[in-house]
Order: sequence, then C-alpha cells, then structure tokens
Amino acid sequence: MVTVEDTRVIYVKNVNFYYGGFRALTDITMDFEQNRVTALIGPSGCGKSTLLRLLNRMNDLIDGTRVEGEVIFEGNNIYDAKVDPVDIRRRIGMVFQKPNPFPKSIYNNITYGPRLAGLNNRIDLEALVERSLRQAVLWDEVKDILNQSAMMLSGGQQQRLCIARALAMKPDVLLMDEPTSALDPISTAKIEELIQDLKKLYTIIIVTHNMQQAARISDMTGFFYIGKLIEFNATEKIFTKPDHKQTEDYITGRFG
Amino acid sequence: MTRKFKEVMIRRIFFLFACVSILILGLIVTFLFREGIPIFRAVSIKDFLFGSEWYPTFDPPAFGIWPLIVGSFIVTFLSTLIAVPLGVLSAVYISEIAPRSIKEILKPVIELLAGLPSVVLGFFGMVVLAPWLQDTFDLPTGLNIVNASLMLALMAVPTISSISEDALYNVPREFKEASYALGATKSETILKVIIPSALSGISTAVILGMARAIGETMVVLMVAGGAAAIPESLFDSVRPMPASIAAEMGEAPFRSEHYHALFATGIVLFLLTLAFNLIADYISNKFKEVGSGTL
Ligand SMILES: Nc1ncnc2c1ncn2[C@@H]1O[C@H](COP(=O)(O)OP(=O)(O)O)[C@@H](O)[C@H]1O
Ligand SMILES: [Mg+2]
Repeated sequence: MVTVEDTRVIYVKNVNFYYGGFRALTDITMDFEQNRVTALIGPSGCGKSTLLRLLNRMNDLIDGTRVEGEVIFEGNNIYDAKVDPVDIRRRIGMVFQKPNPFPKSIYNNITYGPRLAGLNNRIDLEALVERSLRQAVLWDEVKDILNQSAMMLSGGQQQRLCIARALAMKPDVLLMDEPTSALDPISTAKIEELIQDLKKLYTIIIVTHNMQQAARISDMTGFFYIGKLIEFNATEKIFTKPDHKQTEDYITGRFG
Repeated sequence: MTRKFKEVMIRRIFFLFACVSILILGLIVTFLFREGIPIFRAVSIKDFLFGSEWYPTFDPPAFGIWPLIVGSFIVTFLSTLIAVPLGVLSAVYISEIAPRSIKEILKPVIELLAGLPSVVLGFFGMVVLAPWLQDTFDLPTGLNIVNASLMLALMAVPTISSISEDALYNVPREFKEASYALGATKSETILKVIIPSALSGISTAVILGMARAIGETMVVLMVAGGAAAIPESLFDSVRPMPASIAAEMGEAPFRSEHYHALFATGIVLFLLTLAFNLIADYISNKFKEVGSGTL
C-alpha cells in the first residue's frame, strides 16, 4: 500500500462537478499514478473532458461552475482557496482536441509559456525550444523554419507543436483531450508513439474515443457513463475481463 | 424545372440590384470628375494641391488647397490619437473584461453615440466646449483644431470600438484556452494573444474611423473655426476640405472656377477616403490568410 501512496500524482476524492444546476460528474474517486498513461473512455457527454479540465482548473474559466470534493495534487487540494490556478496550470499541461497553436511563429509558440513564467535568457530559451521540439518529435521537420507561422504546419504537425508547447513548461502531468481525433492515421500513429516515449518522463491522462487507441497506449483505463466512473482498472483487464457488464457492452460496441 | 427557374430569377434580381448601386456610384464619380477637372485649365495640379493660398473669390483668385488639406489631416490625425485608445480599450473592456451587467449598459451607450446626429455634436462643440476652451486657455476663439478633434474623436470612437469588438470577439476560443492552459493570467492573455490575434481587425477599425473623421463635414464646419490658413498652433482655427466645400458651394456661381475648384477638392477627398478604405481592406485580407501573421 505504501508504494501506491508514493506513486500517485493526482488523487481525485469524492468529486461532484456542476455546470450551474447540472451535475456533470457524480462522486468520482480515482488516482493517477506517476509515469503511467491513464485513458478515460466512455460515450460522448459522459464527462470525460469535464474531469480532465477539472484537473488543471480549466473549468474555472466557465461561469457558474462548482466543484465539491477534493483534487489532491502533490499533497494539496488544488481547489483550496489559497491555491493559484496559474501555478496549477504551469505544472499540469494540457493538449486539446483541436490543434490550437497561436498565430505566432513556431519559436514564439514554444516560448510563450516559459517567458510568462519568467524565463528570458535567449540561450536558455533556444535550448528549451530544441529540447521540447525533439521530445515531440517535430524538431527535424521544423528546425529550419522556427520563425515561420505555426499556422502553416499540417494538422498533425500543429498538434505535435502543441504537445511541445505544453512540454516546454516542464509539467509533471500532461492532460490530453482526444488529441488525435482531428488527425489522419499517420499523424495519429506518430502521436501514439510519442505518448509511449513521454510516459517515461510524465504522468499522462488521455481522453479518447478510440477503443483501440486506449488499449494500445494506456496502462490504466477508466470507463465513464453519464457522469459516473463505472470501472477503473488496468487496461488489460478492462479490455479482456471487465468487472462490469456496462463496460463490456461499451467496449464490444454494443452501445456508445 | 420551375424551382430552377425561380432560383435563376432570384439570382438575376439580386444581380440587378447590385448593378444599380454600382451604376449609381459610377455616375456620381463621373459627375464629380467632370465638374472638378476643368479647374486644372486655370491652375496646375501641383499649384492646386500645394498652393498655400485659398482666395477663391478674390481678383485674381488663388486656388491652393494646401491649407485645407493640412486642416483635414491635422484634425483627423489628432482625433485618431484621441479616439484609438478610447475605442480600442473600450472594445477590450466590453468583449473581455466587463461583467455581463456592465456590458449590457456600455454597449448600447456606445452605439447610441454612433447614432448621434453630427449636427448635435457640432452644436455641443459650439455652445459648450468652445466657450470653455476660450475661457480656460484665454484664446481668441474656442472654435479650433482642439475642439474639432475632440468632437471628431467622439464620432470615431463608436466606429473603432464596434469594429474592434467584432475582431476581438472573433478570436477563437481555442487561442484563449491554450494561453490559460500554459499558465497565463487574464491580462497576459488579453495583451499577448487576444489583441495580437485581433490586430488586423483593430487596424481596419482604426482606418475606417479615420476615414469617417476625414470625410465628416458638419462637425468641422461648425467647430473648426474656418480659417483657410496653415495653422501654427493647436488652438488655431482651420478649414478642413469638407467644411470648405459645404460652406462655399452655395455662393459659388454655377460652373465658375470657384465651383470647379470645390469639386476638385471633392475629388481629393474622395481619393483620400478611397485610399483609407483600400488600406483597411488590404490589412484585413493580408493578415487573415496567415492567421494574423507572426506577431
Ligand atoms: N460549458 C458547459 N456548460 C454546460 N454544460 C456543459 C458544458 N460543457 C459540457 N457540459 C455538459 O457536461 C456533460 C459532460 O460533457 P463533457 O465533459 O464535454 O463530455 P465528454 O467529453 O465525455 O464528451 C455533457 O452533458 C455536456 O452537455
Ligand atoms: Mg470531450
């Protein structure tokens, strides 16, 4: 049990989440372990994105939302009144469903966050740009066009740029919300491969619509249905011998 | 078959209406040039544009509109200087910062300002601002550049504000989310992502605001003071081009040199506003393609 304590980076404890009067998440309790890929699956509208955005306080940006329960990140509840969401977002990075680079140069996309966090040394920034782009396996494709607009890249490249941009913050956790749903199969394969590499360094939580993807890349899988966590288990178990009938029905495509 | 026929008819009707407005514009421009160009038999283009004496009714007359051009530019420039920060900042405030309740008051108020007849603004400048300026700064007259620029700025603010607001509103939500997710604060997001992304729209807004100011007639006629001389201080009176045309057209005999000179002034004004609009168009198209460039 002690080892479990030590390795969990985020611990979600009895969380309810409301959009105004609508309860989108009900009594969620789950933990996310270090250097693991956790996949969140379930039919549309079941609250996967809501949970993901709860973990870096992105839901704060929506008016009228409310959280009950605790989200413990490194020992502290991130919804504590004295916690600054800006600090949380610097340490828990996020990649969105639709690639969303800024209409700035590739270089400035990567350095945007670090500069705001106070990194101004040119040499450090250049090293960081190279490191982040290498981690996202984009360096070779863009090293000669760092000053061109990120908008000129292909969708798959843009998404890897967004990953590099998140990695440039040197986060502890990387949240990904259906990062490949807008991409072609080749770009998808590249990003899946990338996720396998990244988990050596980061804790990754990924929402996906694609069962095969969840099975291929994740260690743990949580199945959600209408705002509830139905089953949370090792991916292998979920996809071979799930405990719940609902999970099995969803995975085998009987609904969803 | 009938449906297709209907479609074609409807398309033709719209086309016809589009043609009518273009035709009318064409006629007006032709008329403007036909009535304006004859002045260049009496005076060269260069002397007309850059001559510093405008004495159209003297004998011999002098048709140099340089003082009028300077007058127009100075009030336009100064009013832009005042209106841009006001218009852009209010747009940022309305679209990004204001709570809904304040937004719902502020927006209609600014739109109301746009609907204010310019003669009312001119009246305000004449009756309220001019005496105050005169007393406060101990001037011979309160009808001067400063007064005209302030009133023109009030006219340009709603244009600048509402077009900038559209531009800010159209900045994709995804950019803002990306910024927040990287640990940016609200003000950092506004300054470094939202405004740069909306910059082409904001520039368009500024230039259209300037076009509005340079072509505005009633306000400058009422509060600019009307002196056709190159000003030496901001408290001097000027006679911008539209004011000159409006004030003198009634007295200029039909097809006299003075009459042609006023039309030629109209041509200059037309070309200037056309240029402003083309620049605005160019900016908004140029930046659109590359997603606001690489700011
Ligand atoms: N901004 C919002 N305001 C109100 N309701 C929302 C908002 N975002 C999502 N919801 C609702 O919350 C539920 C969960 O949404 P979401 O987390 O986006 O689901 P998923 O990502 O699993 O498809 C849905 O019923 C959705 O309609
Ligand atoms: Mg979703």
